[in-house]
Amino acid sequence: MASPQTGRATVPNPARSSRSRAARRTLWALPPVAALALVFLYPLALVVRQSFTPEDGGPSTASYAPYATVLAEASFREALTNTVLTAVGATVGALLLGLALALVIAFVPFPGGKALSRFTDLFLAFPSFLITLALLFLYGTVGVANGLWTDVTGAASGPLNFLHTPWGVLLAEVTYFTPFVMRPLLAAFSQVETGQLEAAASLGARPWRIVRAVILPEALPSLAAGGALVLVLCLNEFGIVLFTGAKDVVTLPVLVYSKAILDGDYTGACVVAVLNIALSVALYALYRAVASRTSAGSPSRTPSRTGGEPRRAGA
Amino acid sequence: MGAAPEAGIRFDEVSVAYGRHGGNTVLDSFSLTVEPGEVMALLGPSGSGKTTALRTVAGFVRPVSGRVLIGGRDVTGLPPYRRGIGMVVQQYALFPHMKVAENVAFGLRAQKVPRAEIAGRVAEALEMTGMATYAGRHPRELSGGQQQRVAIARALAIRPGVLLLDEPLSALDAQLRSGMLAELARLHRELPDVTILYVTHDQVEALTLADRIAVLDKARLRDCGTPQQLYRRPRTAFTASFVGSANLLPVTVAGDGVRFAGRALTVPVAGVAEGATATLCIRPHLVGLGESPAGDGNTLRGRITEVQWRGSTHRLQVDVDGHRIIADLRELRETPALGEEIALHFAPEDGVLIPEGIGGDGTYEGGAGGVGALGNGAAEEGTRGWGAGGQWTGKQEAGRAGLSGTGSRHG
Repeated sequence: MASPQTGRATVPNPARSSRSRAARRTLWALPPVAALALVFLYPLALVVRQSFTPEDGGPSTASYAPYATVLAEASFREALTNTVLTAVGATVGALLLGLALALVIAFVPFPGGKALSRFTDLFLAFPSFLITLALLFLYGTVGVANGLWTDVTGAASGPLNFLHTPWGVLLAEVTYFTPFVMRPLLAAFSQVETGQLEAAASLGARPWRIVRAVILPEALPSLAAGGALVLVLCLNEFGIVLFTGAKDVVTLPVLVYSKAILDGDYTGACVVAVLNIALSVALYALYRAVASRTSAGSPSRTPSRTGGEPRRAGA
Repeated sequence: MGAAPEAGIRFDEVSVAYGRHGGNTVLDSFSLTVEPGEVMALLGPSGSGKTTALRTVAGFVRPVSGRVLIGGRDVTGLPPYRRGIGMVVQQYALFPHMKVAENVAFGLRAQKVPRAEIAGRVAEALEMTGMATYAGRHPRELSGGQQQRVAIARALAIRPGVLLLDEPLSALDAQLRSGMLAELARLHRELPDVTILYVTHDQVEALTLADRIAVLDKARLRDCGTPQQLYRRPRTAFTASFVGSANLLPVTVAGDGVRFAGRALTVPVAGVAEGATATLCIRPHLVGLGESPAGDGNTLRGRITEVQWRGSTHRLQVDVDGHRIIADLRELRETPALGEEIALHFAPEDGVLIPEGIGGDGTYEGGAGGVGALGNGAAEEGTRGWGAGGQWTGKQEAGRAGLSGTGSRHG
């Protein structure tokens, strides 16, 4: 194209076109950012602001005093301990159970295996209180298990009376969150080549060695992802703890509820909520850091198969 | 640890079936004996049952009937990890999270070989396959050919009596495949005691490597013999067409020869009754251009329907009274025109008569055991092997010499 004044070809300005592209990208990003700010960031900001606002102070007097007050409370420290212990316990339980079940579903052919795998997906959609309710029917004081015991033995009451204890919460959380570990594991297991398992077996490896040395290392990122997800979810779990009615199990989410709804201490509730969020975000960040380091050092899943040049120079 | 134990393989009426009530038979009454140290190729088209046969030896497929014996021991009910075999598959199946040396050491650790011995044996296996310098790399950092070498090293490190190769070269490009073929031949010369069962659908691989070839089709053994026997004197029309290309002509035995499309041809007819119908097999490269110089009457006239230039050869397709004859001729100076009428000839001894009925029902009636005419041969002087003390006693190959296509068929 020629400029009418100079007769020279017009060269597009790269800086201008780059700025134009950046402006267009910003324009496209605005709607989702605005929606996110409205539904998530703004309420979160309100909670954070409230947590720095003492009950007796005005809205303009930000202070760390509410944090000092809450951190000094024995109930908070107990809730924090309960939250971490329950979450870690439930995560370990879900990892062990989920790993065992996923291994069976993926590698031990049995009738109904596929249906069970699909049910795992469905299970993820269940509300957590439903699981607790089901456990109450099974292991509650007047549940099926105790009913069978009293019918058989003639005793006045059954031996199972743990659902309203921390163990009940742990059982419910393990039951509910196990599929969250199984799902990514099943996906990872489906990627393990049958040829690798057969090669390992032909080399003399027994099933446990194959699991330990071949399958698990390849599924480790998925196991870690499932575990991190469960840990974060357990830290924030409210429905299961509330529904079991375990009096001794006051976790951080329950403490938020108790302070805000029962005590009317909104500032205290916001402080606990902010600390709960900080704990979750910190654990998630830790998981991401570990996961990225692990994936950076792990081999690709798609080795070169057709010959030709190796992927790394000099190979 | 001593040398690899000599172990032959025997299939004894092995049948494998899948599906409800075993309705889908994928291997039918398969009987075959592979002698210790022999290279047996299982050759056949897709779905012929050759991989299933190999997997019954590995223990990944359980026969519905029959027995599999390794070294005279019935292993039909044994799990794979107790069979003491090495196996290499098409997709290498290396463990991606392990380095090359760890992959090769895997079987040794699984078999609880003393820790002090493992490093030496890994080094030996890697040296044998020319991969010693890649010990510290991950499989993803290797080419396809290199990965396959590692897979072979991993299988050989446990010093198996039996090595199963399931289409090991199929994933490689043509050039690499040729090199690996020579490499496998060299390996077997160096390890003459290892019995190899080699599954392939590639006749070149089978002809190049095998002491004997078992031809399978539709779940049954159709033929078995040395490559030369199967190529030069095929017993069935299927073998003739699958092992090399072939002109298969319907003929009737008459006098000292046969009649084909109203003309007399001179071919050996010993053992075939006068008047019997049969198939005459003539290899395309044994067909010449022009009248038969011997005057034996083995001249076929027809019109050219296809001309293919293949570099060093011309392939002509000629219609002879409605029958297609293929002739592979050394490159012609003047390319014949389509539709041109030409004469083709073949020597009487180059015609192989296949009586009707042999193999027609899918049954191979020949002996499945024994060593073929080529036998296994004695280990060559100076060849390498596992010494009595369990040490690798061979000479080191110079660089990649084994890849230069110098390997020849064992025996």
